[in-house]
Amino acid sequence: MKKRYVYWLMLPGLLFLTLFMLLPIIHTIGSTFFQEGQFTFEGYLHFLRDRYYVDILLTTMQVSLVTTMACIVVGFPVAYHISMLSPRKKGFLLALAIFPLLTSSVVRSFSWIIILGKNGLLNSWLVGLGLIDQPLEILYTPTAVMIGLIHLFLPLLIISLVGVMENIDPDLVKAAESLGSSRFTVFRKVIFPLSIPGLILGSILIFVGSMTAYTTPTVLGGKKRVIATFLYQNAITLNDWNSASVIATIMIVITLLVIGLMTKMSHKFRVKG
Amino acid sequence: MQEKNRGLALFTLLVYVFLLSPLIIIAATSFEPGTIMKFPPQGFSLKWYENIFKQSLFMETFKISIIVSFVGNLLALLLGIPAAYALSRFDFRGKEAWNAVFISPVLIPGIVMGFTMLKYLVVTYHLPMMPALFIGHTVIMLPFTIRVIASSLSNFDFSVEEAALSLGMNRLRTFFVVVLPNIKSGIIAAVIIAFLDSFNNVEISVFMTGPGVSTFPIQMLSYLENHFDPTLAAISVLLMLLTAVLIFIIERLLGLSYFTKR
Repeated sequence: MKKRYVYWLMLPGLLFLTLFMLLPIIHTIGSTFFQEGQFTFEGYLHFLRDRYYVDILLTTMQVSLVTTMACIVVGFPVAYHISMLSPRKKGFLLALAIFPLLTSSVVRSFSWIIILGKNGLLNSWLVGLGLIDQPLEILYTPTAVMIGLIHLFLPLLIISLVGVMENIDPDLVKAAESLGSSRFTVFRKVIFPLSIPGLILGSILIFVGSMTAYTTPTVLGGKKRVIATFLYQNAITLNDWNSASVIATIMIVITLLVIGLMTKMSHKFRVKG
Repeated sequence: MQEKNRGLALFTLLVYVFLLSPLIIIAATSFEPGTIMKFPPQGFSLKWYENIFKQSLFMETFKISIIVSFVGNLLALLLGIPAAYALSRFDFRGKEAWNAVFISPVLIPGIVMGFTMLKYLVVTYHLPMMPALFIGHTVIMLPFTIRVIASSLSNFDFSVEEAALSLGMNRLRTFFVVVLPNIKSGIIAAVIIAFLDSFNNVEISVFMTGPGVSTFPIQMLSYLENHFDPTLAAISVLLMLLTAVLIFIIERLLGLSYFTKR
């Protein structure tokens, strides 16, 4: 009796998600395999044959990969530093990282326009210092999108890594230190390996997040498309629902592949660590 | 040793400068008296703040955003509280799978969800735009609602509930009289976190626009296409203030550890 009662409690939520999230997705994926009532892969072949489409996919991948790497390289030492601070300082720095995380992505992307623009802050500083003669074209390029995305996702990685590092048993660190390990060795042999599962999880979030980001490329990317803005353009501007559905399916497949692969990797490390 | 620490501290400082300076710069430019954003501002004026309230589109979309997140929150609570209760109170077969189901809206790309909802709910089944917007926002809020309330329930001592039950109170009444009041702060925090997620959402809302229907962030994006005056900077400052206040409340209710736990 008790068991069935549990399922009744979750049933409304399940029904809601099935009706309004799952069915629309299945409907969209299904529609990509049919043209005029005929089963076909033409939608995908058309996509892969078009150099322009493939370029957009590759640019998106490249931007996401660089963003993820940069967040890891920059975020890891920062998280390590924060995790070793006193609770007061730690709380303060965490709050400062949470603030941008919860601030509107429109605001955060928009804030880079004035810095990266042709007559923006960065260019006027660089010219003023005599480092360059001509202002750099950064705004409305993939580089600007990358900077915006790193700014968007770095707090996420820092915050979740601090959480992981806080959970490392302090006795392990003490044991290593009492055996004469230097702080760097402790970091290399204890903290780093134990942080890998959390790092992988954070990387998934960032990679998938940058790959599917819409706001930042819309504000900072100019005419150069990434896959999410391309999906919007096909659906709303061009009214090409078939192409939009194909793009949506490709995005779902890549997302699930990345999540699946990385989760497997993180399990592997967890067993070892 | 000390040396390395100082290096790390300096690096951390630089990273925080990178994270926060764009927001500070944008705040400064909001006071620019001229018609183009400049840093540093060439004077001090509040006229762009006044301008926000003169733009009827900003006022209307703000109202819609508030209504959408209110309705979405209500629906997400109705669906989420029973589910969160089931997930944290009982052990049953397939619990992991159920957890995954309720987390799934976070994993599906927002832009894909927005498009498929438009295609299926609005175009195929002729659902009007406004209810579609409510539904879309409920879907993205639900995982946050469930997660925050479940974690608040996991701190609740269920022996209190058992006591009430053994004294003959029925399950439903026990839930409302004993359990619910004890997780009040968790529910308020869940509402705030879900509100922020809905209020800042672009990916779903961008597809759900029509005559008289659009949300605040979408209006900001379309203003940005045609204007370069400091109005958006002024809006950004007001949004940042709102965010800061809400974070402060979340911190009081849950502690910041909510964000570091994953």
